[in-house]
Amino acid sequence: MLEEELIPQGVRRCSLTKFGAWIGVLLLFMLWGLCAAFLIYGFGLGVTNLNNYFAFGLWIAIDLIVIALGAGAFFSGFLKYILGIDELKSIINLAVVVGFVCYTGALMLLAFEIGQPLRGWFGYWHANVHSMLTEVIFCITCYLIVLSIEFVPIILENRQIHKIPFFRNLAHNFHITMPLFAAVGTFLSFFHQGSLGGMFGVLFGRPFALREGFFIWPWTFFLFILSAIASGPVFIMLISTIMEKASGRKLVPFSTKKLLGKISGLLLCVYLFFRILDVWAWASGILPKTGFTFDEMFNQFYGQWLLWLELGVGGILPAIILVTPSLRARSGLLYTAAALACLGVVVNRYVFAVQTLAVPVMPFDQWFTYLPHWTEWGTTFMMVGYSALVVSLAYRYLPLFPKERELNA
Amino acid sequence: MSESMQIHEEFEIKWGMVIDVDKCTGCGACQIACQAENNIPPSTQSFDRLQSLHWLFVYKLDNGLPYPDSDIAYLPRPCMQCGNPSCVTVCPVVATTKEEEGAIVSQIYPRCIGCRYCMAACPYHSRVFNWFDPQWPKGMEKTLTPYASVRPRGVVEKCTFCHHRFQLAKRRARAEGRNPHHLREGEYVTACAEACPTGAIVFGDLKNSHHRVHQLAQSEYAFRLLERLGTDPQVYYLSRRSWVRRQGDNHVQKDQQRGE
Repeated sequence: MLEEELIPQGVRRCSLTKFGAWIGVLLLFMLWGLCAAFLIYGFGLGVTNLNNYFAFGLWIAIDLIVIALGAGAFFSGFLKYILGIDELKSIINLAVVVGFVCYTGALMLLAFEIGQPLRGWFGYWHANVHSMLTEVIFCITCYLIVLSIEFVPIILENRQIHKIPFFRNLAHNFHITMPLFAAVGTFLSFFHQGSLGGMFGVLFGRPFALREGFFIWPWTFFLFILSAIASGPVFIMLISTIMEKASGRKLVPFSTKKLLGKISGLLLCVYLFFRILDVWAWASGILPKTGFTFDEMFNQFYGQWLLWLELGVGGILPAIILVTPSLRARSGLLYTAAALACLGVVVNRYVFAVQTLAVPVMPFDQWFTYLPHWTEWGTTFMMVGYSALVVSLAYRYLPLFPKERELNA
Repeated sequence: MSESMQIHEEFEIKWGMVIDVDKCTGCGACQIACQAENNIPPSTQSFDRLQSLHWLFVYKLDNGLPYPDSDIAYLPRPCMQCGNPSCVTVCPVVATTKEEEGAIVSQIYPRCIGCRYCMAACPYHSRVFNWFDPQWPKGMEKTLTPYASVRPRGVVEKCTFCHHRFQLAKRRARAEGRNPHHLREGEYVTACAEACPTGAIVFGDLKNSHHRVHQLAQSEYAFRLLERLGTDPQVYYLSRRSWVRRQGDNHVQKDQQRGE
């Protein structure tokens, strides 16, 4: 069987040589990560720049970031299957694939992050119901199962697999039950996105992260959900745009992209309203109560610029562009705003994971600075390489974009 | 702090420490005694608190004033064995608990998955991680004691108030036909308290009025670290110097809190 026969009918893909060269580049990234993995597993986590003060570093920050950006998967599913916004049909398959690589990638990094990866299953066996992390462990793995189930019918749509009646019928049945999985995915995602925020908000020994809350949930619980659903849709839109630029083909109608931008913009406004209130309540309430001032939360390295970058450049600015119809109608501005909205979430998750630990809490203690070691970058790029590999293979061999033929006619 | 973050539970026996900062010379004997007692592997960078394993660390405090008003103090910091520990609730696998055993925060090494969430939660940096395999230079392995298990790479460890000594003291009391829950002063002391040459570290049951710590903890010069965070530490410090007491907690401007 020729390789061409695996490619979806009626669409054009680059030559196998070109595709192979691209896969080779990705494998190089993954090789770098494998070298790092060898060092980490061979000698211990001491080879990284993590230490007794920075118990969390790049990996946890990246985990929080990709899970937030991967929220586009469950949220697009919710919008399409539960709210019935049919226009998202042209992007829903990509959303599932991106969500899948984000979550599997996050689990991959966790396998490096925890000191005893072989004991990972203790999270289920010895579960501590009081820990937000327990909730995260349960929901993330359950949701990954949902994402895998959502991924299966996309794989079954492959031209050759689809020829087999059993798989064709199976795919059809999967499609029928998809709203159910979309609903389950939405339920699970709301809780683990929230619990990831709750993980930090409950740290009453860390005034930078500590938040008051509603019942058992600190405000970060709700803020993490909101920021994830605000940035997730535009992240999917950005990935589709990058794929369009790389392949030179139109994949998603611009009207769908504008719609995703509009949804993200509106949610970003809601999120920013509460996030700004949160910063104000934290600075004027929690910090003085714990004996700190707002200025003490920052130094030259972990400066206030990070907060303004998150709220201004990565928040207010993209929100304005995305909610203004005339601005989001201009592709350049739409993509810039989407990238900035994602940047806002990246900074937010980074400061919660790293700056929380950098701020000295004991008055006689000092600031320390954390810069990731190459082994941490290597494994992170391995995860990025893996994600790009899965997306590339899915794009080449699966009908990811239902409107591709029509758009390139 | 919201109600949900409180897990405070009272225990019949509450082992605690009172450390007189004014008596501490910063000699580090407590740190060394702790290392030897608890089988903490030696390190070439013992004073690098970012990398090394230590259950007790001696911090140097200074009042920030120029000569001739400058002053320094040394503050040994074991685990605070908090009444409301920030580390216990966060552990996803119940590898750390606060239980009947004299209200000491335990660490269950074979169950710890090494996620380090407890380290992120502890504001005292009382928890350390085994970044590498523990190694003893040739011959030094003979110094290992049979009382404290050796921890593998990839797990978190912390001060346990030499919990094995508590068990031995209870066993002795039982053998002598006494109530193991009413140990006399000095029957159970930690290695650091025993080794301190100036007697700066006093150890005992904070709830037992016959123990010195019970009275010392009520001194007007007593303070606890970061009390206002609500962790309720079982380690008290004493200092007649107000600037030292003030450094026990954070104070916003014009804040009329204890320590002024």
